[in-house]
Amino acid sequence: MPEEFKPGCQRPPIKKAKPPADVISEATVKEDKELLVKVGKPAPEFTAPAYYQGKFVNTSLSEYKGKWVLLCFYPGDFTFV
Amino acid sequence: MSTDSVFVHKMWNDHELSKMINKDVPFAMLSDQDGSIGKMYGIYDEDSGVETRGRFIIDPDGIIQGFEVLTPPVGRNVSETLRQVQAFQLVRESNGTEATPSGWKPGKKTLKPSPELVGNVWKEWKVSEAFDD
Repeated sequence: MPEEFKPGCQRPPIKKAKPPADVISEATVKEDKELLVKVGKPAPEFTAPAYYQGKFVNTSLSEYKGKWVLLCFYPGDFTFV
Repeated sequence: MSTDSVFVHKMWNDHELSKMINKDVPFAMLSDQDGSIGKMYGIYDEDSGVETRGRFIIDPDGIIQGFEVLTPPVGRNVSETLRQVQAFQLVRESNGTEATPSGWKPGKKTLKPSPELVGNVWKEWKVSEAFDD
């Protein structure tokens, strides 16, 4: 029988096998560090599909040059917080 | 922005959010289904496959001025976010000649950094100003 779970603000962790530690090379770790955003540095450019004013559109961060932008991420639609 | 599809965004707008504010969500609801944008911003949680509560203030030149990241169960303080935007706007308009001390909000005193101010902030600013009235 499938196990029932209580709805929360976070999806249950996806069960997947972790790669053995020696597979994660130093290069990967370094690359991850360089990707991290910093205050005072440019925000990484992106294009993403969006729902806006009743339409499905493709939106890029660069379209908002000249305006103040609040970019907010959240865990999921229909979650509670 | 979340890992939901734009179709789910539309359903959430139509069936719940629009009922909270009596109109459609006034900004773009972005979809990051593979988490690649969340990864670039360092807020994607690989273990559960969702974005954590990251919030970035980006200025008109595309520069990140501030960010905050929370785990999912705790919501944001929208007033504090708007206060920070107002503070960054003031600093930008003053070309960096003014700074906003702890607890600043519109109408409260700013500081004008100068050699004379070094060691004299205690004369210009009181600890009680760090808190809401």
